Amino acid sequence: MWSLVVRRLLLAVPTLLGASLIVFAMVKLAPGDPISILMPPDAGKAEIEAVKEALGLDRPLPVQYLKWLERAVVHGDLGRSIATRRPVVHDVFDALRHSVALALASSLLALVPGLMLGTLAAFHRGTLVDKIVSAVAITGVSVPHYWAGIILIIVFSVRLGWLPAMGGPAEPGIGAYVHHMLLPAVALALIPLGVITRVVRAAVLEVLAQEFVLTLRMKGLYMGALVRHVLKNSSPQILTVMGLQFGFALGGSVLVETVFSWPGTGYLLNIAIFQRDMPLLQGIILVLSTTFVLLNLAVDVLQGLIDPRIVRS
Amino acid sequence: MSTATPAVLSAAPAPRGALSYWGLVGHRLARDPVTLIAGALLGAIVLGAVLAPVIAPYDPVDGSIRLRLSPIGTTGHPLGTDEQGRDMLTRLLFGGRMTLLAGITPIAVACLLGGLLGVLAGYLGGLVNTVVMRVCDIFYAFPAVLLAIAISGALGPGLTNTLISLSVVFLPRIIRVAEAATVQTKSLEYVAAARASGAGSAAIVRYHLVPNVLAPVLVFTSTQVSLSIILAAGLSFLGLGVTPPAAEWGLMLNTLRQSIYVDPWVPALPGVAIFIVSMAFNLLSDGLRDAMDTRG
Repeated sequence: MWSLVVRRLLLAVPTLLGASLIVFAMVKLAPGDPISILMPPDAGKAEIEAVKEALGLDRPLPVQYLKWLERAVVHGDLGRSIATRRPVVHDVFDALRHSVALALASSLLALVPGLMLGTLAAFHRGTLVDKIVSAVAITGVSVPHYWAGIILIIVFSVRLGWLPAMGGPAEPGIGAYVHHMLLPAVALALIPLGVITRVVRAAVLEVLAQEFVLTLRMKGLYMGALVRHVLKNSSPQILTVMGLQFGFALGGSVLVETVFSWPGTGYLLNIAIFQRDMPLLQGIILVLSTTFVLLNLAVDVLQGLIDPRIVRS
Repeated sequence: MSTATPAVLSAAPAPRGALSYWGLVGHRLARDPVTLIAGALLGAIVLGAVLAPVIAPYDPVDGSIRLRLSPIGTTGHPLGTDEQGRDMLTRLLFGGRMTLLAGITPIAVACLLGGLLGVLAGYLGGLVNTVVMRVCDIFYAFPAVLLAIAISGALGPGLTNTLISLSVVFLPRIIRVAEAATVQTKSLEYVAAARASGAGSAAIVRYHLVPNVLAPVLVFTSTQVSLSIILAAGLSFLGLGVTPPAAEWGLMLNTLRQSIYVDPWVPALPGVAIFIVSMAFNLLSDGLRDAMDTRG
């Protein structure tokens, strides 16, 4: 078991290094001179050179990359935001809490009905139930989630006035937090719901076609136990898709967070982009991609726990 | 993940005479009503977008402030007008040009380039394979939406940057599928037989690998079109895609968002358009997968 964890961790290192290189390159390839944003327009050449030197921007790119990586990994320092001058790490992890909460809520909202609908459709393959579930699933995967957010606001905030349309959890208390999170979580859950339903249906169908299921049926096993056996056997695929969809909810929430002004990483990223705040942008993407890689790693390890055959291979 | 039942499709009476694989695929598609309807709908929308300058009743950019936010069903403006008094039907027709262009081009680029790279990596193996596939792995460290927004955000707004960022998102995915299919096909006996009978690398790739890799790559690519369109419009929605006053569905959704308190239904229209196109592509993709009889 632990050998699996160590092996996956070692495999994640080159991926994370590559990802950090991409994040670094992304900002270096960006048009515009980062210095010109910092300096007053009447700054002299000597002044500009001095600031460049102070920030290390006069060094060759590989040196800059290594310095940046060293500060990030060894000291947990992602630089300071150009706009607010606050440490980027601070802002990113502050926002990450809200994004993780939103992603967890929407994953839960997608997983529970997705599992139920997918299993239901597979057990009733070819019937009207199956067709209805398939229609629901394909609608889910096709919905532009930012538009779904706007529709939810129109219906539940503007028309019915039940739920707040905007803003984060300004008021204290978990009740207010959930109250604010409900609409964005639903909007963000639609695509994962569709994907999970489709994957669960396919995975369950595959298991249902195996001979041991026939044996169980012949033995006269009641439905509940049969469903349990089948779900257990299709859990590796279901777990993989869950991990991916949680990643979608975490990284893909930029649009939904913007629609609802939810104070997560996506909202912060939007601010960073439009203020051309490159250290902030770099920090957010680095933290989110690292989270995503670690999440996939956790899924791999969990799969090893569920299915020991994976550990041996 | 099938919506149509393959059993019904294969039970369809075979046409007279032997059909090629692609003939068979076409034959199956022609007998799948859902796919046909989705295809027809999509055809109509594409036609409307292409012919927008000819058939649109008004100018897409000029509006009349007097007519701001007319509701759906106003005389002369069947779909109402937007926050600047521009005809919605006209804007939706013109918007489709941009959204479809921005959503489909990256997929086409990624399919062509990714298919080529995947086949090369799979066929050559060794160092080339390792390098190409490890680079792909790195891109998998980013959730798709985040990667698209990050690249667009770093490069700045504009159609070209949208195309670049979306191509980068889809390229690694398609390379993976093409590589896997190539490696699988390469190990089949008839490829060994072809090589033994003196076929060169070019001939093997051209006549044996490409035709067999094409089906899984096309099916996978088709599943990604809807995501690409949602993302392309999403980038414009964030202000990272097409710039105003051009009409684009995501951008229209964003500028109309402030008007939901005045009239909620006109602002919803551009989203309906994105939704319908994305749904039609997904239905088409399901039909294609069943017709090609492959697991996408």
